[in-house]
Amino acid sequence: MTELTTDQHRADLDAKPRLTRLEAAWVIARRDFIAVLFSRAFLFFLIGPLFPVLVGGLAGSIGNQTSRETTVIEVGLAMNAEDNSAMMSARDQLAPQLRGAVPTLQIVAEAAENPDFNARTFMEARRGNYAAIVTGTLAAPELIGTEGQVRRWQGPIELIAASASSATPLTFPQSTRQTVTASAASERSNRIRTAQAAQMVMFLLTMLLAGMVLSNLAEEKGNKIIEILAAAIPMDAVFMGKLFAMLGVSFVGIAVWGMVGWGFWAIAESAIVTVTETDFRNLPGPAVGWPMFIALGIAYFSMAYLLLGSLFLTIGAMANTVREVQTLSMPVTMLQLMVFFLAAATLTDAGSSFEIAAVVFPLSSPFALLARAALEETLWIHAAALAWQALWVLLLVKGGSILFRKRVMKSGGAGRDKKKRRWRRSAKATEPT
Amino acid sequence: MDRAVSEQSMMSNCTASADASGESEALTLSAPEKRPLAIEARGLVKSFDGTRAVDGVDISVPEGAIYGILGPNGAGKTTTLRMLLGIIDPDEGVRRVFGNDRPHEIGRLIGYLPEERGLYPAMKSIEAIAFMGALRGLPLAEGRKRGLDLLERHDLSHAADRTIRQLSKGMAQTVQLLGTLVHRPRLVVLDEPFSGLDAINQGKLEAMIRSLAEDGVTVIFSTHVIHHAERLCEGVAIIAGGKVPYAGSVEAARDRIAAQVRLETRAREGAWIRALPADMRREGDFFYFPLPEGGVEPLLRQLIEGEAGILSLSIERAGLHDAFVSIAGEAAARQLKLDAAGGQK
Repeated sequence: MTELTTDQHRADLDAKPRLTRLEAAWVIARRDFIAVLFSRAFLFFLIGPLFPVLVGGLAGSIGNQTSRETTVIEVGLAMNAEDNSAMMSARDQLAPQLRGAVPTLQIVAEAAENPDFNARTFMEARRGNYAAIVTGTLAAPELIGTEGQVRRWQGPIELIAASASSATPLTFPQSTRQTVTASAASERSNRIRTAQAAQMVMFLLTMLLAGMVLSNLAEEKGNKIIEILAAAIPMDAVFMGKLFAMLGVSFVGIAVWGMVGWGFWAIAESAIVTVTETDFRNLPGPAVGWPMFIALGIAYFSMAYLLLGSLFLTIGAMANTVREVQTLSMPVTMLQLMVFFLAAATLTDAGSSFEIAAVVFPLSSPFALLARAALEETLWIHAAALAWQALWVLLLVKGGSILFRKRVMKSGGAGRDKKKRRWRRSAKATEPT
Repeated sequence: MDRAVSEQSMMSNCTASADASGESEALTLSAPEKRPLAIEARGLVKSFDGTRAVDGVDISVPEGAIYGILGPNGAGKTTTLRMLLGIIDPDEGVRRVFGNDRPHEIGRLIGYLPEERGLYPAMKSIEAIAFMGALRGLPLAEGRKRGLDLLERHDLSHAADRTIRQLSKGMAQTVQLLGTLVHRPRLVVLDEPFSGLDAINQGKLEAMIRSLAEDGVTVIFSTHVIHHAERLCEGVAIIAGGKVPYAGSVEAARDRIAAQVRLETRAREGAWIRALPADMRREGDFFYFPLPEGGVEPLLRQLIEGEAGILSLSIERAGLHDAFVSIAGEAAARQLKLDAAGGQK
C-alpha cells in the first residue's frame, strides 16, 4: 500500500481536502437515483396511479348505476281514468320544452283497481315507489307526499293539470339562439376547474412520493449505511442528494406516465373523450397561458415535493424500523391532506386572509400559487413565492440534518444508565476479554 | 499486501511492546511530542438525554501512529470516535483532525469503518468500494480500478461482481474495509474492527494496520480486546464510564504497575522471610510480591544471607491487561466516591 502516501497523492489531498456540498449531494443523488430506478419500488411507483384510476373508474360506474336506479322520479296518478289520461297527455306535451322540470307520471295500479283507495294510507305504508301521488280532479288536484316532494312538484303538477283542463292545446313560439364562446363568469368558472385539477394532480403526485421518501432513510439506517454517509459528508448534503434523487425519479415516472397517456390518446382519443366526458383539446385555459402554467406547474411540483420530502426525510430518519415508518405514515398523510385542503378551500377566495395564509405557509404555498397561476395573470408573485419556498427547503434540510445529528447518532450513549450501574457493580473486576 | 514486510513490521512492533528498556520507552513517550498531531481532543463532553456518555476526554494521536482506544462495552468509545470524526458535535471541548476543528472539511483525508458494518445489500462489491471512495472524493472509475486491485490483493477478485448480500459476513466486512481505504486516506479510524472476524482474518487485519502505519497513515481503532492493542499500538487511551483515566504510551501504562517477583525456595521457614514485603502472597512453593522499590539486589542479598536456598527467581513485567484492570478499577472507585459525595449533598 505504499502508493497511499505518494507525494503526488498528498499534494492532491492537501489541495482539495473535501468535496463541496454540491459534489457530495451529487454522489448521493447519483447512487440513489440509479438504485431506485432499477428497483421493484420504482415499478410499484409506476403502476401506483393505475390503482386509483381503476378504483375511481369502478366506483364511478357503480355510482352511476346506483344513481340511475335510485333517482327515477315518478309521481303517481290516482284520479279518475279520464283525468289520468288527460294528465298523461299534458305531461307528454310539456316534457320537450320543460325536460326535467316535469316529473314522470305513472298511474297507480292499486287505485285503479280499488274504488276505496286512500293515497295517504298508501304512502304512509311506504308502498310503491312514488315521490308523491296526485288525487282529486283537474280543477282541484291534491298532492300527497312528504313535505319536500310536495313542495318540489306542486308547481309542475298544477301546470300539467292546467294544461290538461285547457280547452285549446298550448302552442309554443319558436325562439332563435345566439351563443357566445365565453363570458366573464364562465371563464372564471373554467379556470377554477383548471386550478382544481392542477392542485389535485400535484397532490396525487406528492402523495405517491411521500412513502418512498419516508422509508428512504429508515432503510439506510436498517442497512447501517447511514453512519458511513454521515462520517464522509455533511448530513445536509446527504438529505439534499436523497431529495433530488427522488425528484429525478419522480420526473422519470411522470415522463413514463406522460408517454403512456400520449400513446393512449393517439390510439383512442374519441373513446377517452366519451368515457371521461372531458374534451381535453379544449380544456379551459389558465390565466398565465398553458406554456407558463406548465412551467410553473413543474416548478411548484418540485417545490411541493422538496418541502414535504425534506420534512418526511427528517421524520423517516427518526424512525428505526419500517414498522415505525408505517406508524408515521398516517399522521404524515393527514398532514398532506390538511395542506391540500387548506390550499383547495381558499381557491376561490383570492386575497382573503385564509388564502394569503395558504400562500405564505410553506407547505401549502405551492398548491395555492399554482391555483393563482390558473386564475390570475400576475407573474412576479410566482418568482417571489418560488424564492420563499426554496428558502424553506434549505431551512428544513438544515434543520433536519441538525436534528438527525443531535437525536439519531447516539447509539453509544443509549442506555448508559443501565450500563453504568452494571459497570459500577463490576468496577474493580472490569476485565476486557 | 507484502507478507514479508508485514511480518517484519509485526516483529518490530512486538519488540517495541515487549522491550522494557529505556530506549523503547523513550521512543514511544517522546514521539508524540515531536511529531505533528493527527488528532487532538481536549475536554470532549457529550450528553444524551441528560446522561454524560463522554465526560471530558483528552486524546492526542501523533501522525503515523497506531493508537488504540480501550474500554468495556458502553464506555464511550464509539461516541468519542464519532465526535472526533464530526458525525456528532461535542457539547463541550474541542477536537482537531490534522489541525482542523471541522473534520468534514478534510473528509478526503479520512477513512472510517463504523462498528455497525453496513453496505447496500443489492450493490456489487466493486461498486460498493467505488461508492465509498466517491463519498471521499475519488472518481467512480478510479474507485472501480483501485477496488479491483485491492480485491485481487486480498484474494477476493472473484467477489467483485457479486452483490453484498451474496457475500459471507467476513467477506462483506473485508469489502467494507477496502472501501474505507480505497481513497488512500491519511487517517484511518476503525471502530471495533476485529469484532466478528475469525482468527485468520484478525491476523490479516493486524498486518494491514501495520502496513498502513508503515506508509505513514495514522490508524486509530477502538477495541475491548487488549491483546490487539498490546500487539499493535504505540499509544492507548483507556476509557471507562465516559472518562479517560489514562492516555499515553502502552509502555507507560504497563509501568504504572510494579513488576511482580516470583520466588521459589528450598527452605520453608527462616529469618529470610522477613525480607519479603508484607503484601506477599504464597501459592504452593512459590512466593509472589511486587518488586521492592530498592530493586532486586538488596533482596537477593538478604535471601542468600538468610539461607533461603533460592531455587528460582523471576521478575515479570505487568502487561497492558493488568494495567487496564488497575486503571479502570481506580477510576471506578473514584467515580463511586464522587457519586456518593454527590448523593450526600
